[in-house]
Amino acid sequence: MIGALLLAVLCWPMLVYTEFNPLTLLEAQSLEATWRFLSDFFPPAHSAEFLMMALQATWETVAIATAGLTLALLGAVPLTLMATSIVSVSQLESGRMRLAGRLLRQAVRWLLVLLRSVPELVWALLFVRIVGLGPTAGVLAIALTYCGMLGKVYAEILESSDGHATATLLENGAGRLAALCYGALPEAAAELLSYTTYRWECAIRGSVVMGFVGAGGLGQRMDESLKMLAGGEVASMLLIFVLLVACADGISSALRKRLG
Amino acid sequence: MQRPPVPPLMSRSTAALLLGLLALVAASFHSLSIKWGDLFSADALRSSAEFVAGFVPPELASAFLSRVGGALLETLSMSALSTLIAFCAGLLLAIPASGRMGSSLRAATRLLLNVLRSIPELVWASILLIAAGLGPFAGTLALAAHTGGVLGRLFADTLENLPRAPEETLRINGASPLAAFLYAALPLAWPQFVSYALYRWENNIRAAAILGVVGAGGLGQMLKYHLSLFQMQQAATVILAMLVMVALVDAISFWLRHRLME
Repeated sequence: MIGALLLAVLCWPMLVYTEFNPLTLLEAQSLEATWRFLSDFFPPAHSAEFLMMALQATWETVAIATAGLTLALLGAVPLTLMATSIVSVSQLESGRMRLAGRLLRQAVRWLLVLLRSVPELVWALLFVRIVGLGPTAGVLAIALTYCGMLGKVYAEILESSDGHATATLLENGAGRLAALCYGALPEAAAELLSYTTYRWECAIRGSVVMGFVGAGGLGQRMDESLKMLAGGEVASMLLIFVLLVACADGISSALRKRLG
Repeated sequence: MQRPPVPPLMSRSTAALLLGLLALVAASFHSLSIKWGDLFSADALRSSAEFVAGFVPPELASAFLSRVGGALLETLSMSALSTLIAFCAGLLLAIPASGRMGSSLRAATRLLLNVLRSIPELVWASILLIAAGLGPFAGTLALAAHTGGVLGRLFADTLENLPRAPEETLRINGASPLAAFLYAALPLAWPQFVSYALYRWENNIRAAAILGVVGAGGLGQMLKYHLSLFQMQQAATVILAMLVMVALVDAISFWLRHRLME
């Protein structure tokens, strides 16, 4: 009883803040618009011209995700090398990192945090203002956000691997890059690749969503069709989207199984 | 002495896979035809620098801050309420989806849950705007729809993986199916349900912050509004509010997880 009362007291302000009013769903006007929109869902649009356009948009979505992730990788690899502490020679010698090394690593870590804390959709919104509507904004948004995510997780994976081999190589005079490549990398490679594949899958979903703020691909087409209340087109594009995500999911898990 | 043959650097299938990936990357860049020259021309760099400089200083007038605070509370309410709705809906849908009401009903509910789950929140929001109108109500429903699918699936899997014995014992001794479920299955699964729901709530706070860019309320709607009027200093404050909120949520959940693990 008291619990229910407490719940009601807690819920009331939430209901007010969210303007929660299920009756709006039942107003004649919105019912009519919804009905018109939904009845248009069947049959889904399937003219050759529309399918061609949808196919092109789908490819654009995949291309945005792939190009964005490639750029993210180009940024993340050097940042990881700077951020990871397993190649710190000073830490190995004296147990403490030199001040300069510590500052650099911390700065890179903050940069990575900043890159991934701003949601990709907000990056996309900003880039649409800078470079205009179209896939370029999507590519740049994915590149920045995923650079932050990949950099952080790569550094963590490298640090959680057994540092013994790397340390031995460093102690015997190997260069840092060589020590990393022959020490930590063989052990961590499968996990690094599998995480990258998983992120590619996320990038495909993300690039569809970013289309809604004008960053190209399937999302942008879907947004246009939604604004015109073209139910049939929305229905086909939703189907295509679900298929695309399922395919990406399949490919990514097949790749990961091969690695695992 | 004959030396053993050098092992190949990689198997043929790995090489084919790598070539395929390279081709995908090349085709992506080629088909997008991004004009890198234009992007990094002196002109473009100057206008982007101007754009970024427009963000400082962030608007800190108290009237504006209180509006940001309102939008923040709206975002939090959207996330909490939608998680609550999704929890109830997920629980109701999980019972047929866990095969407790026949296998055909199980397949049908699982299909429904998959559809709910595979459409992202933002897409739900843009669809629901038609029925619910602009504002946080549409956003709440959108979050609830997606989260309901996710939680329903997780709950159903949990229910299917429970040990069968307690529920069956009650059934054999003459309890009704509902009573057996309520007194045997639910208490076993409840802690798992709550932890899934809390995890999704954390996700929903993040999602609720950005849903507004299609007009579904919260901080995102404010961001979109000020950006489209080119009021960059106001937009900067909203972005900062988002960052602070997400960082706080991260910190709290990190702290809670550590407390619970101990």
